[in-house]
Amino acid sequence: MVRVLKLELRGITKRFGTLLANDHIDVVVEPGQIHCLLGENGAGKSTLMNVLYGLYEPSEGDILVDGRPVSFRGPGDAMEAGIGMVHQHFMLVPVFTVAENVALGAEPTKAAGFLNLDETRRRIKEISDQYGFDVDPDALVEDLPVGVQQRVEIIKALVRNAKVLILDEPTAVLTPQETDELLDIMRQLKSGGTSIVFISHKLREVKAVSDTITVIRRGKVVGTADPAASTTELASMMVGRAVSLTLDKAPAQPKEKTFEVRNLTVIAPNGQHVVDGLSFDIARGEILAVAGVQGNGQTELTEAILGLQDRVHGSILLDGQELLGRSVKEVLNAGVGFVPEDRSVDGLIGTFSIAENLILDRYDQAPFAKGISMSPARVLENAKSRIEEFDVRTPSGALAAGTLSGGNQQKVVMARELSRPLRLFIASQPTRGVDVGSIEFLHKRIVAERDQGTPVMIISTELDEVMELADRIAVLYKGKLVGVVQAGTSRDVLGLMMAGIPPEEHVQAGKAADTTSTSTSDAEGGDHV
Amino acid sequence: MSTTVSSSRPGNPQPGNAGKDAAAATVSAKPVGWKTPVFLAAFALIALVFFGLLAPNQTASFGISTGSDFFQLPAIQVNAFAGGLVLSILLLGLAAYAIYLKTRGKPAPGWLTVAFIVLFVAAFLIWVVGGARTPSISLAGLIAGSVTLAVPLVFGSLSGVLCERVGVVNIAIEGQLLGGAFTAAIVASMTQNPFIGLLAAAVAGAAVSMVLALFSIKYLVNQIIVGVVLNVLVSGVTGFLFSTVMQANKAQFNSPPGLDIIEIPVLSSIPVIGPILFRQSLVGYLMYIAVLVVWVGLFKTRWGLRVRAVGEHPQAADTLGINVNATRFWNVTLGGAVAGIGGSFFTLVAIDSFTKEISGGRGFIALAALIFGRWNPIGAFFAALLFGFADNLQSIVTIIGTPVPSQFMAMLPYLVTVLAVAGLVGKSRGPAASGIPYVKG
Repeated sequence: MVRVLKLELRGITKRFGTLLANDHIDVVVEPGQIHCLLGENGAGKSTLMNVLYGLYEPSEGDILVDGRPVSFRGPGDAMEAGIGMVHQHFMLVPVFTVAENVALGAEPTKAAGFLNLDETRRRIKEISDQYGFDVDPDALVEDLPVGVQQRVEIIKALVRNAKVLILDEPTAVLTPQETDELLDIMRQLKSGGTSIVFISHKLREVKAVSDTITVIRRGKVVGTADPAASTTELASMMVGRAVSLTLDKAPAQPKEKTFEVRNLTVIAPNGQHVVDGLSFDIARGEILAVAGVQGNGQTELTEAILGLQDRVHGSILLDGQELLGRSVKEVLNAGVGFVPEDRSVDGLIGTFSIAENLILDRYDQAPFAKGISMSPARVLENAKSRIEEFDVRTPSGALAAGTLSGGNQQKVVMARELSRPLRLFIASQPTRGVDVGSIEFLHKRIVAERDQGTPVMIISTELDEVMELADRIAVLYKGKLVGVVQAGTSRDVLGLMMAGIPPEEHVQAGKAADTTSTSTSDAEGGDHV
Repeated sequence: MSTTVSSSRPGNPQPGNAGKDAAAATVSAKPVGWKTPVFLAAFALIALVFFGLLAPNQTASFGISTGSDFFQLPAIQVNAFAGGLVLSILLLGLAAYAIYLKTRGKPAPGWLTVAFIVLFVAAFLIWVVGGARTPSISLAGLIAGSVTLAVPLVFGSLSGVLCERVGVVNIAIEGQLLGGAFTAAIVASMTQNPFIGLLAAAVAGAAVSMVLALFSIKYLVNQIIVGVVLNVLVSGVTGFLFSTVMQANKAQFNSPPGLDIIEIPVLSSIPVIGPILFRQSLVGYLMYIAVLVVWVGLFKTRWGLRVRAVGEHPQAADTLGINVNATRFWNVTLGGAVAGIGGSFFTLVAIDSFTKEISGGRGFIALAALIFGRWNPIGAFFAALLFGFADNLQSIVTIIGTPVPSQFMAMLPYLVTVLAVAGLVGKSRGPAASGIPYVKG
């Protein structure tokens, strides 16, 4: 386990058709370092790592291992050379046990190809003990929490004697506490001699563990940074211009409560209560942020309000009127604006023009429609003013919405939903996959809607975004409301709530947590990158 | 929309108190469906009325020994009325227990469903035999015949297992069986050697499968469509060659020498299991071997682990250096060879010549057996046996002359298929990536 490895990428270029995803990228990963690749979504970090891992062939450039050029025809070659990768979406077979997943592809066998899983179990136990992973080799992967699945991925790489471990956005699916644990594991791996390539766009984490930071923007290396640099400096390097990381937002002026949810339960097709007895309300002029790790009922909650879910019990009142049992159209007409969590699937029709996408909810109403005919001129006119108002970067409203960048697509969705007079505004993951510059703009628009006196509900799995926007924070865990707390509640408390521990219990638990999560939990509470 | 709006709602919405509301909400376990208990109760009632109360007061006799056995066991004699009544009361008891479990929020255990099916079949047998003109059948013959009829089904469903486990839906089992049957007949006739015919059947099945593999894996054509087209194609080609070549010169092209029944001395004389396990044709023995080999291969070897990984999560397999599409291609080809051998059973063992559509839709029943057997070779084997049993029962029962019209009895295998696949045994989950082509990146 003493062999160390120096990894060098020289002039790596990757083209997909005309798209230049990586443009002559040079990166040197020194042995025993945590090297961070910092960049926004879509900057080309994952493409670069897929090239390094042998999943893509580079259009140009060389990979050097310990000074010798190598060429990887597939992940098998990369693993042979001592490179391991933990993908953002785990590459684990859910119905296999941990041992089967770890063994797959490099199976220890007895005679005639019979599996020898005992050998794998032994190796898992060895690594698990060494790093304190606490992983049961015979557990089914689908039964394991996400954090543990991630450890299985790390074990998979270590069993194959990985000397360089690539972690692709590893914290995206973790609670803040799990993130802290992962950062500890990374430090341990480093002290054990494993180098780590850490891909992230979250400045706090990057600053906490990195030895070297390489910043990538639009497929190019724009420079290296010192982990001691301030978050503002890192952010402006990443975005390419000065960005303000804190949102100027006046204190909320909540008025009467016009939106009430009572005992809302949503039953999934498999009979599970994915939303379980939720009750909360939102006042006019107030932002309620719903926090929680992905998959804890957020999607179903918003779909239930919109009328997209079938088996719903309870009550949803807007301005004293029941929304449950009404069609989506009726719900929209009651004044509900909705930004869905996955804009490319539910928010836009990619092959339709921007102008058409901007009137998807009002295509049958004046001034766009008259009887059975539509007025394309009015539709384009509307697009022009919306595009200007929301700063959508496009030469023309007649272009297909699918051609826009993520941030601009989101602006189109937001522009459509905010162009009607609203009685309730719901935005799910309003800035997921959106560049930092657009985030700023979108957040301002959300706050502006609040200040006009609309009740606003934000659903976000990004704790920073929640803390930034919210006037009150509701935390969901396994479909249940863990609690509703005021804005300004500490990251630690929220993190524990996201793991299902209600706020009353934190006073004790919070004290215990202080000792374990030192590095990343406090400090720069205000920024959202 | 079936949204339910509850009329009762708490009257005092206190601001900032939602946390307590949630804490007060009851913890509800995952609800258990009513489907199984209701199904069981309905069938128990049918059993009570028809097999119990309306049963003829006649004695049904079930022979369990055949003439060549070591020793003769006496036949089982049951009064149809009494037997039907006792069994249907037992069935009602099982249904009641399932309902009781449901009210306690628990699902019916697997053994309960299995026991229910066994008792129901027994009650049905007693009723149908008891009402026949000659109320006597040989149970040993019934079971041995079921195995014989199940042979092509087992091979077909094993082919399905091999394909679906690797992520390709094989609708073309019917075509592979038919292709195997035809090739076995023509090659064995021309060479006058049934073993070469058997081999040729495997090659023919593999060839049909390769077309499926090529189009679905390389050219990403919808797998269901390719499968259906292949079935039609094979049916058309064999039908054409049958009428133009085989019928023109039957002696040369359509009189294959058969594969003989090989009796294993001593063992084949054990009552009941002797004829099932040790009095089979070469194809029959191959069936037992194939089931075991595929099962051991899938679950105990490196090959199997990789195959299953490719069928469940091809991307994960790819990132571990496994060639997904090559694995798929060769597995599908192997599956075709297996089905081809199954097809040879029609022309080399069951009947001594090929006729149009000789497989008669058994490829589709094999597909049902695969699902009923939950994509497991052993499960598929027993599912195929059940269908073979239903098939054999209807012919035997027609012979002994039951009051039930023979057309209704002929529906039995298909009725069993529908009920089985409709999920009397619970929801089964196939390989996650089955039917989804794998494209890198």
